[in-house]
Amino acid sequence: MNRIKNTLAQNTKLLSIYFTAGYPEPEDTVSIIKDLEKNGIDFIEIGLPFSDPLADGPTIQESSGVALKNGMTTKKLFQQLEGIREEVEIPLIIMGYFNPILQFGVEAFCQSCAAVGIDGLIIPDLPVEEYNEKYREIFEKYGLSNIFLITPQTSEERIRFIDSVSEGFIYMVSTASVTGSTKGFTKETRDYFRRISEMKLRNPQIVGFGISDKETYGQATEFAKGAIIGSAFIKHLNSSRKQDIADFVKSIRPV
Amino acid sequence: MSYQVDEKGYYGDFGGAYIPEMLYPNVEELRRQYLDIMKEESFQKEFKELLRDYVGRPTPLYYAERFSKKYGTKVYLKREDLCHTGAHKINNTVGQILMAKRLGKNRIIAETGAGQHGVATATVCALMGIECIVYMGEIDIDRQAPNVARMKMLGATVIPAKSGSRTLKDATNEAIRDWINNPVDTHYIIGSVVGPHPYPDMVARFQAVISEEIKVQLKEKENRENPDYVVACVGGGSNAAGAYFHYLDTPEVGIIAVEAAGKGIDSGESAATSALGKEGIIHGSKTLLMQSEDGQITEPYSISAGLDYPGVGPMHANLFRSGRGEFISITDDAAMKAGLQLAKLEGIIPAIESSHALAIFEDRKFKEDDIVVVNLSGRGDKDLSTYIDYFQL
Repeated sequence: MNRIKNTLAQNTKLLSIYFTAGYPEPEDTVSIIKDLEKNGIDFIEIGLPFSDPLADGPTIQESSGVALKNGMTTKKLFQQLEGIREEVEIPLIIMGYFNPILQFGVEAFCQSCAAVGIDGLIIPDLPVEEYNEKYREIFEKYGLSNIFLITPQTSEERIRFIDSVSEGFIYMVSTASVTGSTKGFTKETRDYFRRISEMKLRNPQIVGFGISDKETYGQATEFAKGAIIGSAFIKHLNSSRKQDIADFVKSIRPV
Repeated sequence: MSYQVDEKGYYGDFGGAYIPEMLYPNVEELRRQYLDIMKEESFQKEFKELLRDYVGRPTPLYYAERFSKKYGTKVYLKREDLCHTGAHKINNTVGQILMAKRLGKNRIIAETGAGQHGVATATVCALMGIECIVYMGEIDIDRQAPNVARMKMLGATVIPAKSGSRTLKDATNEAIRDWINNPVDTHYIIGSVVGPHPYPDMVARFQAVISEEIKVQLKEKENRENPDYVVACVGGGSNAAGAYFHYLDTPEVGIIAVEAAGKGIDSGESAATSALGKEGIIHGSKTLLMQSEDGQITEPYSISAGLDYPGVGPMHANLFRSGRGEFISITDDAAMKAGLQLAKLEGIIPAIESSHALAIFEDRKFKEDDIVVVNLSGRGDKDLSTYIDYFQL
């Protein structure tokens, strides 16, 4: 959790990358993480593949499907991440749906996260109420920060509530859509970024969904602390493989 | 203890609303309002009139004399197969389209497996002049061409679900994604007692007309409201939820749920969720579902396209775990034979889903004076090609 807080305390706009573990090749997980850090990415979301990713568009769905065919499992991910903290310093967050975590056992999962040095979790289909009632104690016991989402439709009251239970940052979903939209941001969306920033929340906001290039990254971070890119990076991996991670990062945030 | 839903949306350990934040405003709006809207006098009046004049309710409770004689017990069939569009599914779509209108929604989405719920949704959207989009697995579109054509005739847009296994669970995922993308003007008409709370309860309440009528009709025929047993097939479980609803908390009425064993429970090709499922989360609900050890949802199999759902409604998961319900699984072969038999004994060709419920009498014996009500959830017209292939007719 401290790694997340330290990173958020930096006086710069942050860039985060999401990728699906086990994609495109089963053993790519660690090398992608190392390459991302080397190229200046501020923190990473490691996607735990799931058969039925409700909140994801076609790109991440497909990468999850490939990863599962590659034999990726929760257990295997933890095996791959063993020793990662000897080489990588930036915050690492696991993003995954709740069912695989439930089958692994929530406590066993949190324990494994802590053991390999994961700093936080994003579980889109674990609502804040269920988390508070049943799982918060376990997450806190292992020092894991649970990150919640807000959307343009989330009421102010609920945003305040989510802010009150969040530790780390708030994941601000840019537009009403699944991941991977490339339509660009409308004035309405930018007004929403401004509106949230004017709420002066306890936790900084990181924007995700629909960020695919320099322009959308710039718009997203005009008011927010940082932004996350997922689908666009996965498409890039698919087309040009990992040696070009440097090119991708430069195309978003020139050095 | 009640077997109905509690205030937090749970049936025992099962239910809840495990949804991404993007769906929260829509689901929460529905949760806050559905009971009040359903209680409104104008809603009840419109709902009941449509069920009577448009759907053709009440459906008969028919004493199946020759079938009863063969099995040495008294069997009544609740004739949901006589509903407009051929199955019980329309009870729910009529209710939900009225709900959608009161919520001010002008665009309807739905998922469908075999196409029955898609047709029932397209039908009520045509009736109300509302835009209708139905998601259907690419594989199911090929298997169920006549229902695709029916939906198109009714003015619906049918969108193929190309993700995952390209069947019902993926059509449901696509419908949920559509709802995420269209959070303001759209209502999602889920076709079964599945999904996040309040859907399982709302759909059960719309289907509850089935057991409400059984009570009145049985009183007329047998001078008692309660049968000894009520039997229904369970995929997601909407017809069963309707048939059980008013008997859930009446312990003297035995509840029998019939699942599809496919080619046999241990064959690897089955849809018997109570036998093969573990607790987990599917489509926003905590329930029993078929999944790998790693928590990946697996694809079920049944000859009946209406029963091959990898989960089961949370009400039924609770009936199973608590022991309130007796769960029986029936193979493809036994179901097909039971369907053919009903045709010959009673002149009724049942949907293959309903045939599963009829097949239990071969092995599950009842007393001579037991009254057993079987919910005949749908008619077999849609399954003719399967019957033809199976029996070389």
